Formats: sequence, structure tokens, C-alpha cells
Amino acid sequence: MAAHGTMRAVLPWVITLLWIAAIILALLLFVGAPLGEALSGFWQGAFGGRRHAYLMATLSRTALITGMAISVMLSFRAGLFNIGGEGQLVAGGLAAALTAILLPGPPLLVLVAAILAAMLAGALWALLAGVLQLYMGVPLLVGSLLLNYPVRYLASYAVAHPFRDVPSGMVQSHLVPQETWLAYFPGTRLDIGILFTLAATAFALVYSYWTVHGYHTRLNGLSADFARTVGLPVRRLTLQTLAISGAIAGLVGAIAVFGIHHRYIDGMLVQPLYAWTGIIAVLLVGMVPWAVPLSGFFFAAVQTGAAGMERAAGVPKEIALVIQAVIILFVASRVSGALSSKEGRGDGHA
Amino acid sequence: MLDLLLDPSFAASIPRFVTPILLAALGGALCERAGVFNIALEGFLLTGAFAAVLGAYYSGTPYLGAAAAMAAGMAMGLVFAEFNLRRDGDAIVVSIAINLLAAGLTTFLLRAIFNVTGAFSDPAIVGFGAIRLPLIEDIPVLGPMLSGQSILFYAALASVPVLHVFLARHRLGLRIRAAGENAEALRAGGVSPRRVQLLALVGCGALCGLGGAQLSIANVNLFVENMSAGRGWIAVVAVLLTRGRPWPLFCIALLFGAVDSLSFRVQGMGLAQQFTDMMPYLATLTVLIVLSWWRARRARGDVS
Repeated sequence: MAAHGTMRAVLPWVITLLWIAAIILALLLFVGAPLGEALSGFWQGAFGGRRHAYLMATLSRTALITGMAISVMLSFRAGLFNIGGEGQLVAGGLAAALTAILLPGPPLLVLVAAILAAMLAGALWALLAGVLQLYMGVPLLVGSLLLNYPVRYLASYAVAHPFRDVPSGMVQSHLVPQETWLAYFPGTRLDIGILFTLAATAFALVYSYWTVHGYHTRLNGLSADFARTVGLPVRRLTLQTLAISGAIAGLVGAIAVFGIHHRYIDGMLVQPLYAWTGIIAVLLVGMVPWAVPLSGFFFAAVQTGAAGMERAAGVPKEIALVIQAVIILFVASRVSGALSSKEGRGDGHA
Repeated sequence: MLDLLLDPSFAASIPRFVTPILLAALGGALCERAGVFNIALEGFLLTGAFAAVLGAYYSGTPYLGAAAAMAAGMAMGLVFAEFNLRRDGDAIVVSIAINLLAAGLTTFLLRAIFNVTGAFSDPAIVGFGAIRLPLIEDIPVLGPMLSGQSILFYAALASVPVLHVFLARHRLGLRIRAAGENAEALRAGGVSPRRVQLLALVGCGALCGLGGAQLSIANVNLFVENMSAGRGWIAVVAVLLTRGRPWPLFCIALLFGAVDSLSFRVQGMGLAQQFTDMMPYLATLTVLIVLSWWRARRARGDVS
């Protein structure tokens, strides 16, 4: 009997996995890639390399994706459809780079100031979307999304004109002072940015599971009507949650600047779709906080693995995006009740 | 500034920007009225733009390009239906996934089929030409706007009254509205709401596909990665603001398209490109804020 029950629970997942595998296989056959080399290339690209260089690249990417995932998870759990993580990330990255370039002073102080500036910029950008929803009736879903574009172009302008490193010939800012660069873990090429992500994750876990504030926002997410009826300050909770979300997204921008690129390069936070990958990383695990870093690592590995597959078997690495989308499509239908569209619509009339 | 607005070439460029937004928004309206929360218009548009280039390149005629774009859009509509309607996945999650799928699939196929990254242009991509309307083209201001456009613009224009009448009078149109407003009544009448919603999604895909074709084989003759560039989201806003009613939708699309076109025009006037690129989104946000605020105020007024 028990075995029969387990079978029935497991079978849909097996079928789902087979579907996903079949689609990936079809794409590989379409480009005529040698399958063995493609698979070993994937493995190498995600976890291998000389002295695990590629594994380090995966971890470095994990830091950014998980950070963005934690950021949106806090909003989503509170029932807030903040899909403007990209704008908050860009605001943070730009603020971090400009602060470090313009502010004189001891490096450590500059670094701290730049990280705080990044968090503030991200928080303010998220708050703007919240204010538009609460006081103007603009649905957060589209409001937060549309706010991605102005800040994207603003950042692009900043590093194309006033703050451009002209001699480099690229659309990018000057380098931030070398003393502010995040250190590498001894003997590796992995910067300590991932520690910031771990701290943000730890904060999110404690916040979600053990604080009254986190509990209240969760209530708001499960039923805004209930939260309002029992007298929770829904507006304040909304703004505070968005500010925390935005601050974490801003922090991720700072990690990318000080840990990886050491400057702001046009498109460096937009093109890799960190914010969108963060969103799907949260959706994959149904917004369960402790599982988010695993999911972030998984999607980072899909991306670096795809790059490895391109090197080894000539498969365009954009296959990663297709794989991610397909996984989410199949999982979205399996994880029921993860989100509720009715709440998310938020016409501003509620 | 006035000179600029009266410039015939400005008027002539407006439809190029209106068409993709209008077609995508009309598709979105079908879904909205059918009660399907489809915010994957961006992905549908992008898919259409790519398929149009694919079709035009291999067939040598833009008409088969447009047909391919419609087919690809409809296929995306079916994917949406499969995961949202049949497998009961959340509409927002499915939309986000489809937007990513479209971005991934188009860049992947761009490299797999044409072996290029970033953009694909080739003399073999035959685009739609301009259609001149003999008498109309002599009307001042309106003439250059109405004449000399691609056939897709005229199709989009015609779609507005057609969709209006379709939703108001046609049996399927009534069923679509019933699916959105009172699915129980529809079910009681022996019609499956999901079937109706599936048809709405397929129709939406076809319209968005045509919108994508305007982007890639009417405005230009090439495909650029992510060339929909947020226009699908602007269409989503238009649908949201008008609750999917065709005529108001037309006005909003006209406004957004005009701003889009204006931003293109002022690029030559010394304003940095990043600021002109920003204009359509700022305009959309502004309209969204003003209308939402006005509505929220009126809603409060009704209560008291």
C-alpha cells in the first residue's frame, strides 16, 4: 500500500523530468551536438576546470542569483509582486561604483559607504514602486517592472558620458580603487562576495521564520484581507518589505561591482538576467526560504554548464535560458498555490 | 517643437511604432476579456519577430514571414494554454517563464540556424513595402500617416473595429466575455470556459505574432536579439488601463506609439540617446500613474 502511494506521488515528477530531458535532448540533436561531449562539457563547465576554476565561477554566479532570489522572495512571501529587482540591482550597482570612484578616504570606509549607498539606492527604487501602488493605485506588478527601464538607461548614460572611462574605449566607468576590491578566498579565484549573500540568506531565514515582522508580512502575503482585518499596518509593512527587498538587490549590485567587475560596465547586471533568474530560482522551490540557495546554485550551474557545453560541443550557451524556462513551466504546474494571481493582479482597487 | 510635430516624416513614422504595440495589445485584450491573465505579450512579440525573419528569409516573401510569425505566436499561445489552463500553473509564473523561453529560444535559434550573435540581416530577408493610397496621401498631416504604411498597419487598424464588433456581437466573442465575467454561466450553457480561453490565447498569439512581424520585416529587415525591447510590457499596461476595450485601447496605443516615435525623432537634437530611449517607458509610467490615480480617486468618491 505504502509503496503504491509513493509511486503515485513520485510518478508525476518522473514524467516531468523525462519531458524536460526530452526537450533538452531535442535541442542538442537540433544543433547536431555530440551528446557525450556536450554532457561532459556541461559537467566540466559547471563543476570542473583547473583547480576547480569553473566551480568557482559557478559559485560566484550563485552569489548574485541567490542574492536576487532572496530579495524577491521577501517580497513574494509578503504577497508583493515586485518584479522590478533588475532596476533595484542596477541602482545599487551604479551607486556602489560611483561612490567608490568619487569618495576619497580610507578604502575600508569607502567600501562600507559604497555598500550602504548601494543598499539605499536599491531600497529607494523599490520604495518608489511601493509608493506608486499605495498612493497612486498603480499595480506593483507593472509599476515595479516599468521602473526597470528608466534606471537601466540612466546607468547606461552615467557610464557612457559623465563617468565614462574614455581611454578604455568601452562603455564603462573607471575602475574602483583597487584597495576596495573584495578579497579572494585563499588559493582560489572566488571573491568573498558570496559571504554577503550568505549573510543576506541568514537574515532572510531568521526574518521569515523567527521575527514578528516577518510573520506579519507573511500573513499579509497569505491573505491581505485578513491582515487588514486584524489591524496590521498593511501599508507600513508593504513599504518596509519593499525597502528590505530593494536593499538586498542593491547589495547584490555592490557585490558584482567590488567582487567581480571592479567597475560598472554598461549592461553587466542586465544582460545576464540575474534578476529574472533570481525570480525563477524562488519559484522553483515554491518560496521555501532554506531551499533558495540550493535553487540559486542549481540555476548558476545550468548557466556555467551551458557555457562549458558551448566550449566542448559548440552548443550555443543560450540553451541555458531555454532549459530554465522549460523547468519553470513544468514546475509551475506542479507546485500549486505557490503564488496566487488574484492577489497579484492588485488593480489598486483592493 | 511645433515644426517637428507637423513634419510629415514624423507623422509618417508614428504608425511604425503604433502597429506592434496595438497588435500586441489587441491580443492581450482577447485574453483579458476571456479572464486569462497573460503578461507574456513581450515573449509572444519577440517570438513573432524572429519567426517572421525566419519565414521571410526562407520563402522570399514577407507574406509567408507574417504567416510564420502568426503560427509561432499561436504556438506560444498553445504553450501558455497547456501550462496555465490544462496543468493549472499560475498565470504570472507561466508568463514569466514564457518571456524567458522566448528570449532564450530566439537567441539560441539565431545562433543555431544563422550562426550569428546579436543580429541577423541578409538581403534575402524580403520585408513588407509601403502601400501608397492615391488620394489620401495628399491630405495634410494625416496623409503621410495614413498612406505609405505596411500592410500590417492597415491590418492593425482594421482589427480595432473588427475586434469591437466581434466581442460585442459574435457568438465566440460573447463566449469569450462570458469566460471572463461569469464562467459558471458559460459552463451551465454547456460550453467549456477553458476551451474558450484556449481560443483567446491562440488568437492573442496570432495578433502578437503579426506585431512582431511589423518590428522585424516591416520597420526593418533584420532580427536583433530582444528586439521587442519592452513593447510587450507597454501593451500589457495598455490592456490593464483599458480593461481590454478595443477603442480606448486604440487611443492608448496611438499615444504610446506617438511618444515612441517622438523619442526616435528627438535623438538627432542633441539629447543623449539614453534619455530618448527612456521616453516611452516614462510616458507609459506617467499615463499609468495619472489614470490609476484618477480611477482610484473616483472609486473612493463612489463609495462615500
